[in-house]
Amino acid sequence: MTATETRPGSEEEFAPPRRVRDLDWRRLLRLGGVAAFVQMFISLTAMPVRLDERSVIESVLSLGFVFIGAIPIVAGNRLSRQVKLEGVAVHRAGRYELVGGALVGTLAGAGLSLLVMLITHFDLREPLVNWSPQLRDLLSFNRGPVFGTLIWLGIGAAGGLIGGGLRLLGARWRRTLLMMATTVVLASILEQLVVDLVSGVGLEPVAEWFYARRGGLTQAGAGVTAAIAGVTTFFGRGRMKAARERIKTLDGPARTRANAGMILLTAAILIVVPLLVGSLTNELLANVGLFVLLALGLNIVVGLAGILDLGYVAFFAVGSYTAAVLTAATSPRINPEFPWFVALIFVVVITGLVGLFIGAPVIRMRGDYLAIVTLGFGEIIRLLFLSDWLSGWFGGSQGITAIGGVEIFGLTTIDGTNPRNIFYLVLVFCAIAIYVSWRLERSRLGRAWMAVREDETVAEAMGINTVNVKLLAFVVGAILGSFSGAIFANKVGSVFPSSFLILVSMVILVVVIFGGMGSIVGVIAGAALLIGVLGGPKQPGLLQEFSEFKLLIYGALLVWMMLARPEGLIPSARRSRELHQEEFLQDAWLRGEVESDDDNGDGGDAGTAPPGEART
Amino acid sequence: MVYGVLGFINFAHGEVFMMGAMTGMITSNKLADAGLWDSNFIGSLALVMFGSILVSMFLAVVMERLAYRPLRGAPRLIPLITSIGVSFFIQNMSIVLFGPASKSYPRRPDWLRDKHTFLEIEGARIMVIVAAAVSMIALWYLVERTKVGKAMRAVAEDSEIAALMGIDVNKTIVKVFAVGGAFAGMAGILWGVLFGSVIHNTGFLPGIKAFSAAVVGGIGNLGGAMVGGLFIGIAESVGPLLVLEPLGVSGVSQLRDAVAFAMLIAVLLLRPSGIFGERLRAEDRT
Repeated sequence: MTATETRPGSEEEFAPPRRVRDLDWRRLLRLGGVAAFVQMFISLTAMPVRLDERSVIESVLSLGFVFIGAIPIVAGNRLSRQVKLEGVAVHRAGRYELVGGALVGTLAGAGLSLLVMLITHFDLREPLVNWSPQLRDLLSFNRGPVFGTLIWLGIGAAGGLIGGGLRLLGARWRRTLLMMATTVVLASILEQLVVDLVSGVGLEPVAEWFYARRGGLTQAGAGVTAAIAGVTTFFGRGRMKAARERIKTLDGPARTRANAGMILLTAAILIVVPLLVGSLTNELLANVGLFVLLALGLNIVVGLAGILDLGYVAFFAVGSYTAAVLTAATSPRINPEFPWFVALIFVVVITGLVGLFIGAPVIRMRGDYLAIVTLGFGEIIRLLFLSDWLSGWFGGSQGITAIGGVEIFGLTTIDGTNPRNIFYLVLVFCAIAIYVSWRLERSRLGRAWMAVREDETVAEAMGINTVNVKLLAFVVGAILGSFSGAIFANKVGSVFPSSFLILVSMVILVVVIFGGMGSIVGVIAGAALLIGVLGGPKQPGLLQEFSEFKLLIYGALLVWMMLARPEGLIPSARRSRELHQEEFLQDAWLRGEVESDDDNGDGGDAGTAPPGEART
Repeated sequence: MVYGVLGFINFAHGEVFMMGAMTGMITSNKLADAGLWDSNFIGSLALVMFGSILVSMFLAVVMERLAYRPLRGAPRLIPLITSIGVSFFIQNMSIVLFGPASKSYPRRPDWLRDKHTFLEIEGARIMVIVAAAVSMIALWYLVERTKVGKAMRAVAEDSEIAALMGIDVNKTIVKVFAVGGAFAGMAGILWGVLFGSVIHNTGFLPGIKAFSAAVVGGIGNLGGAMVGGLFIGIAESVGPLLVLEPLGVSGVSQLRDAVAFAMLIAVLLLRPSGIFGERLRAEDRT
């Protein structure tokens, strides 16, 4: 079905508003129930309690409440969503939206009311660790259970009303309001980064004015941030869009120049920024870089060649251990103490061989068997490093410690004590990895990978040696991952088997899928967003309060991405076409028959060509 | 079973098992507090089992409804990745809801801990073996002798044709998940009673091993699955000692899981249709 979601308010003829009497009660109950359940669940995970310490706006709003409060709004908005079909007019928004929104919101709020009452009267602390008076006090704003019960009904209703009411506004206003809210939340999430950067330029007073000492924006700061965001969105959006369109329509040398400009600009920013920020932020950047490197490697395996490798961490581990054994003076059996760059050659060779060794038998399998087997290999490699049997070589659970730094032609030594240099080192390798992936994607080999991904049988019939091609993807991915491992060993200064759990593979997989399989830009963005904001398996991100929940969120995100947007955040054009082929065909058909505008809203019809991606 | 019908590995199956064990832990501890666990063990065990089977079934059905049904007909990699996500989610949900510590079951009564019979087997182990046998028979009856089972097999064979024959594919798949969930819940209880504790990642290895057992025995072949389970179990407990010790490998017990994985890999490589499985056409498994 070509059901493009649009909200009323775009420039088409409308049917008269729906009447309140016609409310879709089943949908309302279902949506409200789900929202209430989600709210209770989130509360019981103690997310609000933990996140209450993180304020968005000083002494007004904490991040915990942003999450709970957003749910009725979303529910209220979803209720009155209309599926737009070609040739069927959309109802104008009216009282229906408001009443429905308020009702759904109240239902959602009722979930928390119920929770407050339950916590007051029953004690379920035994299985549910967060079933505590602390949670109740937080939810009832320290004013007793009755107040808590009522206030959530009220908050829910108000939220739902807002959500429904958003549909009454014109598209432009709605976008502006949403942008304002998002910017404020974003500004508070990115606090560490922004403060560090602004102070680095020498504008501490500005930072102090915007951000409160105990975290969060000041009230005035939030106001100004929202105002700036609002004004730019309200007046600037058309221009942004036009500029993007213009770049997209550029062709030939002009486009190349535009792209080169963008790349140079990004490179310049990446080189300058670390100089301005402190070591904590640099540490964060270095972690993100390591994961970008890993994700780019996995992207070749999963994204381009379509091989679901769940044991990717094995290559990370092998790279780390090889570098550690060859460079550290303390490694148990052999310690040649090579310089890091010499060791790197061995790392590449050894990981390549391991990739071949694992890949050769595995690659003939298809799909799910392959996933399980790679998972098995990933675990076996970790168990081997951990075992007493090989501890003479790799130190067993003690790992290898005291790994030296990277010497660069005797000029400086890069080690974990200086995260800025580590970041630059990672940056160099990221650049190499990006270049390699970019060239490979457009090479004969890259096209072969994609053919194999789309249909192995057909690819084989086209004369592609599928086994060799897939094996190559495996090995190239392995080598890219081993770079990351080698730098990791060097950065941390020690390697332990516990750093290479299957968990790491999963996190990298989430990064690749969230960003967009097969899309270089997407993968980088995914790594920056997930690892930077939420944090890696062991590395803290910007939202340190989240560390308990990040894996939960990763799991939910993986499922949700698969359901809602399997092509990822910034999809590669070709991949999204594969996934939405039917819609594409139907859209094309409609365009031929009916002059339909291709306004795709922000509801996520990913059918249109994604911005910033290369033409295919 | 689920694999046979759906054609993809449900990584989250182990997590259903874990949640079953968790539920069992909660209810049995409550019953133990009330004193029922000691005074009327059989009755309370039945109650606990019933509760956790219910929860596991519910979880499995919800999982199917929310995560897998919308993806039916999507490219094959996608449900697979989704199931990884679901498994990840449930594991971590258990951490944040119940806390990360390992939780213990109440003490089993003495007659389950004593050694019985001439084989010197713990009572609990006998119970597990009996339960496994009973559930095997029940499952066999369900799949081979009932109408529902017939529908399940038909969907496994070819869901489109099954739909044409008037079988409600969605309902059948829900039933498959429910049955799978029920068995996982039951296994969870047995695990809890036998090993006495449960933790959030309890489900991971058993899930993988269950899959290996199913593959070793031949997918969709119930008797094979049972023999496969036995085979994997024996190989992993005896294999390290028999094979690795003579090779001069030290600390073999640490490599137990590595051996289990190696076995799985070997089986998948050498005989993907399993020991007893009928030869599958190549296109069936793609």
